[in-house]
Amino acid sequence: LWWSGGAEAGIAAMVLKVFFPTCCSSAESGILIGRWISEQSSAVVLAVVHFPFIPVQVKQYLSHVQQVTKIKVSVLGSWSNSKREKEESLSKFLEDLGTIFAHEPWIQISKEGDSKFWSCSTLQKESNSSKEEEIILVYYDQRKVMLSQLHPPANTSTDPKADDASKLTAVFDTVANSKILFMTDKYDDGPVKLTHWQSDGVEASIIVELLKQASVPVCLLLTFLLSLTSVVCKSRMLKFWPLSFLWSKLSTCEQLGHRLQHLQIISSSKKAQNQTQLMRKANIFVSLLIDVALGILLMSWLYRKSRIGHLADTLIPVADHIAKELQDLLQWLMGAPAGLKMNRALDQVLGRFFLYHIHLWISYIHLMSPFIEMILWYVGLSACLGLTVALCILSDIIALLTFHIYCFYVYGARLYCLKVYGLSSLWRLFRGKKWNVLRQRVDSCSYDLDQLFIGTLLFTILLFLLPTTALYYLVFTLLRLLVVVVQGLIHLLVDLIDSLPLYSIILRFCRSYRLAGKSFSAAQAEIQGF
Amino acid sequence: MAENQRTGAPLALRRRHHSASCRELAVRAPRLQLRALSTLTSAVWLAAYGLFVLCENSMVLSAAIFITLIGLIVYLHFVKVDQESLLIIGSLGIQVTSSYASGKESTTFIEMSQVKDVVINEAIHMQKIIYYLCILIRDPQDPQGVSEVVPLFQSSKPRLDCLIEVYKSCQEILQQRETAPQSSEIK
Repeated sequence: LWWSGGAEAGIAAMVLKVFFPTCCSSAESGILIGRWISEQSSAVVLAVVHFPFIPVQVKQYLSHVQQVTKIKVSVLGSWSNSKREKEESLSKFLEDLGTIFAHEPWIQISKEGDSKFWSCSTLQKESNSSKEEEIILVYYDQRKVMLSQLHPPANTSTDPKADDASKLTAVFDTVANSKILFMTDKYDDGPVKLTHWQSDGVEASIIVELLKQASVPVCLLLTFLLSLTSVVCKSRMLKFWPLSFLWSKLSTCEQLGHRLQHLQIISSSKKAQNQTQLMRKANIFVSLLIDVALGILLMSWLYRKSRIGHLADTLIPVADHIAKELQDLLQWLMGAPAGLKMNRALDQVLGRFFLYHIHLWISYIHLMSPFIEMILWYVGLSACLGLTVALCILSDIIALLTFHIYCFYVYGARLYCLKVYGLSSLWRLFRGKKWNVLRQRVDSCSYDLDQLFIGTLLFTILLFLLPTTALYYLVFTLLRLLVVVVQGLIHLLVDLIDSLPLYSIILRFCRSYRLAGKSFSAAQAEIQGF
Repeated sequence: MAENQRTGAPLALRRRHHSASCRELAVRAPRLQLRALSTLTSAVWLAAYGLFVLCENSMVLSAAIFITLIGLIVYLHFVKVDQESLLIIGSLGIQVTSSYASGKESTTFIEMSQVKDVVINEAIHMQKIIYYLCILIRDPQDPQGVSEVVPLFQSSKPRLDCLIEVYKSCQEILQQRETAPQSSEIK
């Protein structure tokens, strides 16, 4: 965004700022129309109206624009771009125009031939002419100012002191809201001939226009399909207890529900209210697109050279390997792990129980083995719904394959929990205290002799069995932690793809002026005042 | 004419007086020396050649060339600041521009209503005192307070004599703001 400024020497009383668009610097002579912001003493020039024109028609057009855009657009001054020497009659004519379109102050900008120097002056009728005024001419790129969105800070609506807000927002708002002014180009046959950034033909992209036309029926179709899907999902059939529990545990269903929600946001027929909603919709759309593209890529890679078959073939040996490793681990625990001496009887019981479990699990896997390939093939098709869905399915498969580790963890944890609970209660009995449930505190209590005897006995038994249980608990918790970490990483990746605002990032690199920004550069300009 | 505070390399200060209320001050750092560049490149390539002789893998050589090129591009584009300039337009604002050796320019514009003052601050760094010019940003809640301090000329770090000249130019423009009638306050 380039603004260039230059000013004249003079006693600065009230600095007058004129914002002039770059596209009008080569326009032919005419009058300037725009908005005069008196609080900041600045004039924002939006376009140049060329000769010949009828003043009445110009005024009508301006009042029409004022009605539509709610911005007080008026005639600000005159612009003369003469190829030859300065014509005296032209300058007189331009001054007379000031009387027709009464505006205080009347700004006159003129450029001579090919010289780099412009001259800018003002005519003040009412104020005393002895005061010299300083004029700053700021040269701005209309297209970029119009497209850049200045994001206001979050708390300006409650702040009554509006002069703390940026004064330049008024300039940006003026240009951004005058879209209707920029709709007429020089090929239109209207009463007024304007020059502005679109005067060579309204800038639009065919693809964007086609997409806009096509998006309406597509949105309607999507909304219809989505409503059908949500009706099916919410039907009673899928809400029976075992099934609903299953759906809540599988992360794939959660991810699919999430994506359905996103699709609903995009396909809603209401236009986005403000900038944040528009950016959100755009981000969701880009994220969905990338997701589906990556998913289809993954699918095309997976389905060639019968990789699915290879995958299914390696799955069973991997499960077998895991089971064998677990069996070795349990044998180690049943012996003397790390030199610790376990309680033989409890050790054997627990070890045999877990070994039997593993045996059951392996038989189950072997039972399923002929169907694995087919299941994988059909499940792989769902990768076309998106890479996130494929990753969720992977995470669910890992969860299912390591289900026995989860079971062991639950048994070990429960046993350990019960033991610790029992120990703490009996420890209190040992010291002659009791837990008062009513008062939620520890009270002293006098026990009978036989209660004390049995309590102490049980306490001793539990205490000496503690290391064995604790070791089993530790080992299985660590295994479960490993599985949870792997699943957590996959879910982190899924969340990243879901929530990364790719549209904003791409916009930042390609069209950063859309995300606001302004810069100035001082140029050579000789301005004559009076 | 001026010198860098940290390295003592010579800097050039250029003042352009566009008008009574518009000044541009630019500090230009010395350009990248061919001597330094060639010594560094030769050192890297000699080291790579030595590695190649040791491990007989030609990938080392291509990797060294690649690294040198990428490193040079990254240095020119992100690190080496050629010129830092300050443009003050009274009643509009202050613009701070840094232009890098690769041509990239990054600008920051601060509106005049947000600028409280431009001052030279002292800071104690290790065993010496350094001076830096900074812009004080007004706090919207507290009229006497300062919400932010924006330091200027961070890469070229000119010495006090240069800073004093810049300070004087800035103050001339800022004084006009005080004497001008505050019609923008009338609502």
